[in-house]
Amino acid sequence: MMWLLKPETLPEKLAVMVVAILLFAVVMGLVLAVVDRPRLPKWVPVAGYLGPALLLITFGLLWPGMLTIRNSFYDHTGNTFVGWDNFAVIFTDEAFLIVIRNTLLWVALVPTLATALGLVYAVLVDRTRVEKFAKTLIFLPMAISMVGASIIWKFVYEYRDPGVRGDLPQIGLLNQIVVWMGGEPQQWLLIPPANTFMLIIVMIWIQAGFAMTVLSAAIKAIPDETIEAAKVDGAMGLRLFFFITVPSVRPAIIVVLTTIAMGTLKAFDIVYTMAAGGNFDTSIIANEFYTQSFNQNQQNIGAALAVLLFVMVVPIVVYNVRQMRISEGER
Amino acid sequence: MSHARVTRVLVAAASATALLAMAACSSTATPSTSTAAGDCAAYTQYGDLTGKTVSLFTSIASDSEAKPHIDSYKPFEKCTGATIKYEGSRDFEAQLPVRVKAGNAPDLAYIPQPGLLATLVTENPGKVFPAGDLASKNVDTYYQAAWKGYGSVDGKFYAVPVGANVKSFVWYSPKAFSDKGYTVPATWDELMALSDKIVADNPNSDVKPWCAGIESGGATGWPATDWIEDLMLRVNGADVYDQWVNHTVPFNDPKVVAAIDKAGTILKDPKYVNGGFGGVKTIATTPFAEAGAPILDGNCFMHRQASFYQANWATFDKKATVGPDGDIWAFYLPSMTADSKPVLGGGEFAAAFSDRPEVQAFQAYLASPEWSNAKADATPNGGWLSANNKLDVNKLTMPVDKLSYQILSDEKAVFRFDGSDLMPSKVGAGSFWKEMTNWIALDKSSQDVADAIEKSWPAK
Repeated sequence: MMWLLKPETLPEKLAVMVVAILLFAVVMGLVLAVVDRPRLPKWVPVAGYLGPALLLITFGLLWPGMLTIRNSFYDHTGNTFVGWDNFAVIFTDEAFLIVIRNTLLWVALVPTLATALGLVYAVLVDRTRVEKFAKTLIFLPMAISMVGASIIWKFVYEYRDPGVRGDLPQIGLLNQIVVWMGGEPQQWLLIPPANTFMLIIVMIWIQAGFAMTVLSAAIKAIPDETIEAAKVDGAMGLRLFFFITVPSVRPAIIVVLTTIAMGTLKAFDIVYTMAAGGNFDTSIIANEFYTQSFNQNQQNIGAALAVLLFVMVVPIVVYNVRQMRISEGER
Repeated sequence: MSHARVTRVLVAAASATALLAMAACSSTATPSTSTAAGDCAAYTQYGDLTGKTVSLFTSIASDSEAKPHIDSYKPFEKCTGATIKYEGSRDFEAQLPVRVKAGNAPDLAYIPQPGLLATLVTENPGKVFPAGDLASKNVDTYYQAAWKGYGSVDGKFYAVPVGANVKSFVWYSPKAFSDKGYTVPATWDELMALSDKIVADNPNSDVKPWCAGIESGGATGWPATDWIEDLMLRVNGADVYDQWVNHTVPFNDPKVVAAIDKAGTILKDPKYVNGGFGGVKTIATTPFAEAGAPILDGNCFMHRQASFYQANWATFDKKATVGPDGDIWAFYLPSMTADSKPVLGGGEFAAAFSDRPEVQAFQAYLASPEWSNAKADATPNGGWLSANNKLDVNKLTMPVDKLSYQILSDEKAVFRFDGSDLMPSKVGAGSFWKEMTNWIALDKSSQDVADAIEKSWPAK
């Protein structure tokens, strides 16, 4: 029966497949038959349904998470305890300080700007005739994969050397605009620290649609009476926006801000795709974690970066969950 | 109720499909032992291995690339009766250390970097077995001493060389050269004189002598490290190169900085680069796979890249032929003098994780001329060579393989392995790549780059 464990020919593999399916059907059948018995104590079906999920979370999430925390205090072989050394490296080495600075820039700018843009846009198009079309336009980037968006923006920033005679055409939109305005084309992604902002713009472009959708729904939920009352009291334009609209959708704004902040901390694709894997001083923590762990075999530094990322995300998650509870409680 | 039943059946069906997909994924190739060459005289030394199996693990996973390997073991299988079980995985470099640590190692593995071999040996004491006497004797007889050195860790010989490749090549267009009356340079000074001549012949135009590109996704920068290694060999010689790789000479030693500066006389001079793409900084954003293309359009005359680049020319122009009389050909990157001939290259090594007699016999076979020639026979499309001095050069079908073999077997040739593959991966796959990218993209000075890499070198 060795072939059951190590199938080598096609018929053997097919046979193994049939056996596996039968086995699965039998187990599932047993589970389904057993849980429908009303006389069973309650914990049996509970364990039957929750058990697998709990096991998967334990071995797929908790256990690796704990291993990562452990590894961040060991050297790269994982055998020698080194205390806080890995974190000391991250917080003193010039290259890592740039990574942390970039991450802070990302997490400060992307959520605020994306939310602000989304909010203003939602208010501006609210109840206009082109509302649906305008919303679709700004929501579209959400439907594009991060790598796809990065490639699109890489073309926007594309640089062609104007050449000795200076008449070679620019194929990058940004550089062509610069040339039309009489400027010199630039290699935007090679100029630190400006290149980090160039990448942040891409993330804002993607996330503004999400902010706009959620906030637009929240704005529509503001009772008409409130608006009417404010107008009767003489609030118009900006005053209406700042004193009525924004306070009314505050819980939604916070959920959007924190959700985008979490997404930003985990962002990897944009930097990896647009800046040659995080070169030119553009790397952020999620990127550096990957490079250190898998390219450079420095699992200890990678683990320390992952822990740092975890520490940065946790307060945002906690705040996010509390705000969601509050806003749900209001309804 | 019935609705719930239907849902459950659907869930079960979906899960079954997932299982099915998993079952289909586990496949290993086992070669049959039918066809083989006739004469078994050379194989009697391995003894009768009937019924014995040797498992082999490599990074060569695609069927078309693995088949020549599997075919090349057939004479051994036929004459000794042993079975070679071949397994290739794209995840080889991540998988192998895990399998060795878990006690599930293959009998033999093709290791593409001596650095990985050293890590395996030092981090898993007793798991990697030294090569047997016969394998050792074969390597002494058929390979230059440097190859044995790269298969050794701390003076003990572990892994036999299998494949080889040459990196010290400059690609050019023979037709463009003959049209302009240029000749292939034999020394570094002639190379620079030729570069100046091309500059002088193309005033006020975007045509430049060199084109280069170091963008390679997460591995961006590696083509520039090859330049530095070639120049280290040429400016400072093989002994200093070895000390540099072993870190007995620090990375920011003036000799190293001088070699980086020497590479910079080409790579950082806007007069010479980057033909077809623009100025110096475009090197950082040009993918290495596309960097040679301007030679075919006439915007650039020379591109330094390894022998494997021959496969790239067809991607630029389907009709482009590679060869001495073709559209594109390569010359040896000249040294400072015409009689010194340092060669930068790479290769794979077969290390054993068992000392069973059949494993030792197969390892010895891989170092023998019989295997190198069988492998050449089994690779009719070319793209492979070894440094075995009994390999019949006429069996190599591709011109650049022939040229590589001739360079490797030249009496004056001094072979050195790609240094970034020998350094700790923190440097060789990390700071060295990154700082060379900064050297080009951010115009960091050679000294600053060398200082930063030296600082990143892990303490022993």
